[in-house]
Amino acid sequence: MVTGVLAAVVQPVLLAAGAPLLIGLMRTVRARTEGRIGGGVLQPWRDLIKLLRKEPVTADGTSWVFAAAPVVLMATSLVIAVIVPYLSTQSPLPGAGDLFAVVAVLLLGTVALTLAGLDCGTAFGGMGSSREITIAALVEPTVLLSVFALSVPAGSSNLAAIIRGRMDDPATLASPTSLLALVALVVVTIAETGRLPVDNPATHLELTMIHEAMILEYAGRDLALVEWASWMRLGVLLGLIGNLFAPWGIAGPGDGPAALLVAALALVVKIGWLGMVLAGAEVFLAKIRLFRVPELLAGSLVLAFLAVSAAYLLPQGVHQ
Amino acid sequence: MSAALPGTAGIDPLATLLAAQTAVAVAAAAAGCLPSARVRAAVAGWLVALLGAGAVVAGGLALEGHRLALSWPAVVPALDPALRVDALSGVFLLIIGLVSAAAGIYAIGYAAPGGAHGDHPSPAGSRTAWTSFALFVASLQLVVVAGSATTFLLGWELMAVTSALLVLTEHRAQQAVRGAALWYAGMTQLGFLAILGCFAVLVAHARAGDFTALRASAAGLGGTATFVVAALALVGFGSKAGMVPLHVWLPRAHPEAPSHVSAVMSGAMVKLGVYGLLRVGVDLLGIHSREWGLAILAAGGASALYGILQAVVATDLKRLLAYSTTENVGLILIGVGAGQVLSGSGRDDLAAVAYVAALLHAINHAAFKGLLFLGAGSVLRATGLRSLDSLGGLVSRMPATTALVALGALAAAALPPGNGFVSEWLLLQALVHGQSAGGLTTALVMPAAVAVVALTAGLAVATFVKAFGIGFLARPRSPAADAATESPRAMRAGMGVLALAIAVLAVAPAMLAPGLDRAAAALAPSTRGGGAAAVQGSAGGLALAGVQARLQPLLVLALLVGAAMAVAAAARLWGRPRRRVALAWGCGGQRLSPRMEYTATSFAEPLQRVFVEVLQPEQDLTVTPASGPYLVTRLRYSQQVGDVVERRAYRPALNLLARWAERARGLAPGSVHRYVGYAFAALVAVLVGVSW
Repeated sequence: MVTGVLAAVVQPVLLAAGAPLLIGLMRTVRARTEGRIGGGVLQPWRDLIKLLRKEPVTADGTSWVFAAAPVVLMATSLVIAVIVPYLSTQSPLPGAGDLFAVVAVLLLGTVALTLAGLDCGTAFGGMGSSREITIAALVEPTVLLSVFALSVPAGSSNLAAIIRGRMDDPATLASPTSLLALVALVVVTIAETGRLPVDNPATHLELTMIHEAMILEYAGRDLALVEWASWMRLGVLLGLIGNLFAPWGIAGPGDGPAALLVAALALVVKIGWLGMVLAGAEVFLAKIRLFRVPELLAGSLVLAFLAVSAAYLLPQGVHQ
Repeated sequence: MSAALPGTAGIDPLATLLAAQTAVAVAAAAAGCLPSARVRAAVAGWLVALLGAGAVVAGGLALEGHRLALSWPAVVPALDPALRVDALSGVFLLIIGLVSAAAGIYAIGYAAPGGAHGDHPSPAGSRTAWTSFALFVASLQLVVVAGSATTFLLGWELMAVTSALLVLTEHRAQQAVRGAALWYAGMTQLGFLAILGCFAVLVAHARAGDFTALRASAAGLGGTATFVVAALALVGFGSKAGMVPLHVWLPRAHPEAPSHVSAVMSGAMVKLGVYGLLRVGVDLLGIHSREWGLAILAAGGASALYGILQAVVATDLKRLLAYSTTENVGLILIGVGAGQVLSGSGRDDLAAVAYVAALLHAINHAAFKGLLFLGAGSVLRATGLRSLDSLGGLVSRMPATTALVALGALAAAALPPGNGFVSEWLLLQALVHGQSAGGLTTALVMPAAVAVVALTAGLAVATFVKAFGIGFLARPRSPAADAATESPRAMRAGMGVLALAIAVLAVAPAMLAPGLDRAAAALAPSTRGGGAAAVQGSAGGLALAGVQARLQPLLVLALLVGAAMAVAAAARLWGRPRRRVALAWGCGGQRLSPRMEYTATSFAEPLQRVFVEVLQPEQDLTVTPASGPYLVTRLRYSQQVGDVVERRAYRPALNLLARWAERARGLAPGSVHRYVGYAFAALVAVLVGVSW
């Protein structure tokens, strides 16, 4: 139990501190692959500190929603960092560690930001919100079906139970269900965090931007919170994928607090590696048209559906 | 009066309460006839609220396990009046009471002069409106406590007539009201015919109208007769529930009715369709069939998806809410259908979970949809507008209403920490755990149902972000929205009642778990008596028996609030505290005008494009050229998203009917001889028929 409580405290700190480094790493990988030097791994942290020191500027005519959205977004990222078993499967909060709840909390953050985009009353804000919510709505079936597929072998949608089941029986990791769900979840992560080819995080071109359009009116401290929370979303989702499909190094039921050190190291390696792979893949991708995105999501939905059906038709974990 | 159940000696609290409810209903209806508009509103409003509060208490008692069965066979033999209350009635009494209590208080302010319609008395405050409203609320309660076929049908018809009158309330002000009332009356009467047929078969077989007798004899009903009754029940009750494709009256009647009536219609009345389906199909007939379950599941899935797709592109706020009702009824029906499928596969324990999810969602939907309809009414009263494209900026003009609607929208979007999330979570759990219950069909249907629920949930988020973000935030898009002022206190209080209910349901659903288990046990018989309850309350949250599935909404809320407070405090400490206000970025050009803002139409445009095949919008572009082909003086673009089902299915049928009616005119040329001939032929036909 001590391990669990300690993990719930360490996880958000680790992910909050690590998220800017993850972005720095990904930018560096991209820069080097493209033959540039890049700003270095620490650059996002420097930007963040600079922004946090600047005063927030609020657009004229906005309401409390605009001021509250960055805080809510950051809170959702932190809550997910607390309730998902990143370091230990002994969650002290079993009543909140449900995968459906995690997905819903993630969506709450998206909603806070889209409302803020609308609250600006500018064409950019509305445009970004409209596009963001379209993608969020269409990605939802894939997300929940992937959750379904993952919870079939464990017989529960409780994250700790799912991960523990996969740790105990590594054969399920290579099952068709698991692999199909992995692909579906990767597409989900790309869409939810606005990475290529769904959204280009580096663009400021009116016609193509989604996330950047929504947060155009934010400045100073507010902008820092929005950026930081968005980076954390990428971190928590990559960490979730890492722990689901490579459930090694996580502190188990009997482990003491010392195992958390190993678990933290393993988590950093998993997220870092996934981030580098993602950044490497992004070099070869261009952003697709907004109206091609539903096709991508429909494809991932089919994969997720196959994953669930395979879980029933080829029940691997049950017989072994 | 005689208590018919042996063993209910002494004064039963439920019987006393129902007697008091009758007295309050009569008093409220009488108060609706008072001459002074102000006194009428105050007295009738509070009496309706009392009527609702009584129903909440009765529902609570029934959920705690109190039962009641009264009948007076000797009083009017043909009518066979009987009352019967059990846990299932309790759930719906709670729903009706909650919404009508809030609507009663709200209506006191809503009916008063003021707002956008100036100092004229509102038609919602007329004598007819108040009396019908009181009778409407009473008839809703009569339906769920009815214990015999005739009592049920009497309550049902009274409900239909009073609600049709209420839809007509504003017929002088708006032309569309008459069409809406006609559609509503037509659909509701057709549904009534189906229900009448359904009971006719049952009663003819049992040779008695009492529910106990019907239940006892239903086992002996033949296969064909059971099929006919089940199909008639699905059609009759489905049309009241707003199930696709019988939903067409809903997006017409809900927007045109006064808002407190819309709230009761949408929050409580459509749920009686679900009640009827459960009472007649599952309780009386005792159907536990996978096929019937799959039919309900399919209808529910279609309703959920079609409803939310129409809602996401709707620009009329109340129409949006009406379609969202179809969506939520669809989710409830998915729960009912899944319950049937699981029960038919011999897994009554999981079926009970599905039924509890459906019932809990019915309660949750009543709370948040009631609140949202009341909120829409406040906007309508303050601005005279229902179109989201002209609204905006209400957050600074109507701060209390905005905050209340925000809570309702959060719940309707099924996001934590709202109450809608809790019941959707339970529904998803029932579907996920039900996959392995039986056979390949279930294994494929359950994931498909999860995908439908998920897409519905995603689109619901988009719908309510649009409704709240466009309607209440940013800057006003019309002078009327600019001039809006906060609603009177009674209206805010009415909304506050439902907001409080949402908050309680959201953090402490465990409170209802034993009662809902009791209601579900009657629907999934083998869990009745003994065995673990399907859904247990655990530390304020919900947990499923037998599997590891647990949700503590209070914990999620505490974590979110704690994290938000920590972030806000840290940002205060670390960053600069002062907040500067500056102009929004206008691309270095002009100041931004409200005309540049996104509207509801443009917000939903990407989704409309994705689902263009289903929605089939009618678009029209008119170009007025100037001299020469390259210069244009005027471009006019208009778009309308109608109801495809209405256009494709109902319009042709109505046209056909009109053609036949035209032809049938030839039968009545005005000749008396011909008419006497008809009468004679009819008499002969009857005599022949009788002597056959």
